[in-house]
Amino acid sequence: MERDTDRYRSLTRRALMLGGMQAGLLSTLVARMYYLQVLESDRYTVLADENRINMRLLAPSRGQVLDRFGVPLAVNQQNFRVVMVSEQARKIDRMLTLISEIVPLTEADWRRITREIQRKRAFVPVTVKENLTWDQVTMIEVNAPDLPGVSIEVGELRSYPYEAATAHFLGYVGAVSESELNGDPVLALPGFRIGKSGMEKFHDASLRGVAGTSQLEVNAVGRVIRELSRQEGQPGRDITLTIDIGLQQYAQDRLKEEKSAAAVVMDVHTGGIYSMASNPSYDPNLFTTGINAETWEDLLSDPTTPLTNKVVAGQYAPGSTFKMLVALAALDSGIVGPRHTVFCPGHMDLGDHRFHCWKKGGHGTLDLVGALKHSCDTFFYDLARRIGIDRIHDMAKKFGMGQRTQLDLPSERPGLMPSREWKQANLGKSWTQGESLIAAIGQGYVLATPLQLAVMLSRLVNGGFAVKPHLTKQIERGPAEQTAWPSLGVNKGHLDLVLQGMNAVMNQPGGTAYKMRIAEAGFEMGGKTGTSQVRRITMAERSTGVLKNEQLPWRQRDHALFVGFAPLHAPRYACAVIVEHGGGGSAVAAPIARDILLEVQRRDSARGVPQVSSAVPAEPAQPAPPPGLGDKPGRIGG
Amino acid sequence: MNGDFLGHQPELSLGEKLWQINWKLILLLTAIASVGWAMLYSAANGNVDPWASRQAVRFGAGICVMVVVGLIDLRLWIRLSYPIYAVALVLLIAVEIVGEIGMGAQRWIDLGIIQIQPSEIMKIAIVLALARYFHAASLEEVGRPTFLIVPLLMVLAPVGLVMKQPDLGTALMVMMVGGAIFFLVGVRLWKFAVIIAGGAASIPVAWQFLHDYQKNRVLIFLNPENDPLGAGYHITQSKIALGSGGVAGKGYMMGSQSHLNFLPEKQTDFIFTMLAEELGMIGGTGLLLLYSLLIAYGVIIALRCRNQFGRLVGLGVSTNLFLYVFINIAMVMGLIPVVGIPLPLISYGGTAMLTVLFGFGLVMSVYIHRDVRITRRTVAGEL
Repeated sequence: MERDTDRYRSLTRRALMLGGMQAGLLSTLVARMYYLQVLESDRYTVLADENRINMRLLAPSRGQVLDRFGVPLAVNQQNFRVVMVSEQARKIDRMLTLISEIVPLTEADWRRITREIQRKRAFVPVTVKENLTWDQVTMIEVNAPDLPGVSIEVGELRSYPYEAATAHFLGYVGAVSESELNGDPVLALPGFRIGKSGMEKFHDASLRGVAGTSQLEVNAVGRVIRELSRQEGQPGRDITLTIDIGLQQYAQDRLKEEKSAAAVVMDVHTGGIYSMASNPSYDPNLFTTGINAETWEDLLSDPTTPLTNKVVAGQYAPGSTFKMLVALAALDSGIVGPRHTVFCPGHMDLGDHRFHCWKKGGHGTLDLVGALKHSCDTFFYDLARRIGIDRIHDMAKKFGMGQRTQLDLPSERPGLMPSREWKQANLGKSWTQGESLIAAIGQGYVLATPLQLAVMLSRLVNGGFAVKPHLTKQIERGPAEQTAWPSLGVNKGHLDLVLQGMNAVMNQPGGTAYKMRIAEAGFEMGGKTGTSQVRRITMAERSTGVLKNEQLPWRQRDHALFVGFAPLHAPRYACAVIVEHGGGGSAVAAPIARDILLEVQRRDSARGVPQVSSAVPAEPAQPAPPPGLGDKPGRIGG
Repeated sequence: MNGDFLGHQPELSLGEKLWQINWKLILLLTAIASVGWAMLYSAANGNVDPWASRQAVRFGAGICVMVVVGLIDLRLWIRLSYPIYAVALVLLIAVEIVGEIGMGAQRWIDLGIIQIQPSEIMKIAIVLALARYFHAASLEEVGRPTFLIVPLLMVLAPVGLVMKQPDLGTALMVMMVGGAIFFLVGVRLWKFAVIIAGGAASIPVAWQFLHDYQKNRVLIFLNPENDPLGAGYHITQSKIALGSGGVAGKGYMMGSQSHLNFLPEKQTDFIFTMLAEELGMIGGTGLLLLYSLLIAYGVIIALRCRNQFGRLVGLGVSTNLFLYVFINIAMVMGLIPVVGIPLPLISYGGTAMLTVLFGFGLVMSVYIHRDVRITRRTVAGEL
């Protein structure tokens, strides 16, 4: 027993030591727990949240685009798409076959889906097909029990109810391209679309809205467990345009009679664009749903350029519509008085060169109003010879030629208003007087967009105020439309004289557009025709007789132009029309402008829109009954 | 006590033994197992299926085994010690052979109804075998190095086999339980120092014999941030879950990391992480306290036993439990490399639970038979 007592003592001692060691080791566990759960707790809490919380962006609803009366032009349509979760669908091919009985799937769809399924994780839904019809949606829902893992999702798709009529100024939205990614995470959302052209592009930032966020709890493999919180984004703001969609549709339809044409109507006081039509057009909805390569190729290769908005991007020699500016420049220079007359024998000689008037036999003696009325070229050759290109250039610039009008629309082109400096800088040659003469009839280097012509006309008829065009009426409760524009500093009397000329063009027998006048009382218009040569007429051709437009291939025919305003005595609407290769301005472009100007006046009188604005200068509004005015230039004050 | 300290050996009737059943022990074990059920219920997102219910059934069966083991006379256990050890060793070798056939790590023997893990049996068998070996040894005998050769081989044979499986955790445990008993019987401390020094010196050699994934585990343990999504993932996620639990925890069944599957094997080896995430440091230390009570109680029972065999068994089983708890929790906290050791009575799984309950059955037997004297003759076969 003595032996056992020693052993027992030793064992007890050792057991206590072992127990002490164990207690020590267990204490390190507690210490470690204290370190992790108290000292480092904050750090691990952050790590844990990062681990399990996944922020997802919620694409904001894109703002609508409305016309001036609130009619929606660009809206969001519910877009139903069928999606499939591959891990639930299991037999993918069989499932796709079942789906394709309801929603036809192309070979390409099939390949894309298979590719996406392989690339994505098994619980991530793959879009099988977008833009389902309601019938297809219900068919899928009804057959849901046979289609495990297949479901319908609702997204938003931009839709343009007026299709081609609004394509050129609204533009369209499309998927974000690689180069457009700027780090804004919302752009990287699958299916997110941004404005690619037109107002959609110009106002993209406002229309886009602010993305919301959704905090999702995800597990270690990224599967969504539930939504923790959701912060709704702000839907994009609505944009109200100055466009009157009724007028727009009318104008677009009217232009369809021509192969390629453009027309613009603007308010001469506010600069608001009521209508901007360019024909041919395209359906912007094709772009949002995904245009096929063939259609795209057709649009690109079409010689009538359906993708170009000719109102802002078409540059044409303005032809005789430019003559008002030459007249103003001449009067303003003081070199030529308001009673200045010129004898037109059908041409004018300058050095060795003979400059022809459009009327072979000549117009005889004409004063300024008569020259505008008959669009006599010789008269304006004479003015140009007297005042030179610089004065014409300066006056044209005042009226907005040769520069962008700063319209709130991308892709506007500047046109061209040549000057001595311009020619020296760009062509390296000095200006010749002959070129001044050509420029005076709106040919040669001079190029203008239909919008510039409308702006020019607006400034002529609104009393010489530097109105600027715009398409955006307001962004929600934005500023009202501007009517107080700086004056161009042009003599009122000179302007009146030009207006009388434009009155005579339409409303006096013998005026170049007399046949196209508006006879309805109160709706009368004034205007100016223009025909611009596309090809150079050689001396040889002139000697054998100039070929008629009908004898030429389409692309060599003259452009028909017209600028007109209405009502005659209280101008409010300015309209510019171009018919590409349409022939004569009076025969082709003028009736279009007349129809459009009549339509806009009828629409507004039907709506009770006041016809007379206070900004209208008093003088032209005074009773000045044609035809007498133009006949007796002596009665007009200088 | 009803025994005569020097005189006649009292024999206990079955009724007396049943009266002696240690309810405090059963209560403590049930308390810990209840924590386990609660955590398994949480791990299954508020379902008793598939883990908590089965674990409860196993615990019930295990307690029955424990009581039966406890009622069996300690003198029978000392006689069965070597046979049990021999069977465990044979099974380990058998597993090794089957494992060769099965091309890879094999730890189980499938007996049809149950699968048994010989390495788990060995954790108890080594205690029994060493307790028997040292039962009659005097301090002088223990002091003789030659006397220690046999028990050393007893330890090293299974350790070698288990390491070959490879099951680093179990090998470590068998080795440490063996070491603990060597320590308890009074082997001189300098001898441990020599062995530890020798072991340290042989690390570079041993390194060569480690499997790549084992080397990886050690390397990743040394620098877990090296491979945050690969093999270091488990320990990183475990630390995040544990650390984010804080003092009071995220609430029962509210452990986001565990429930969102960031935590691997949350119902088995990493169950303590989930507990600490949901119940915080308070819950974690609470559980450690329960374990400490159980271990301490085992030690107390052992030290009150009047025979060396019973004392060594009691201390061995308690040390065993301690090693389970310490290795598992130290592992999930990133204090030691990841080794596959479950948290006893809490981790889902039957074998470890059975091992522990069998072990505490022996402790109960030690308690019931604390006054039994074991002579050479009783060891030889006469009760």
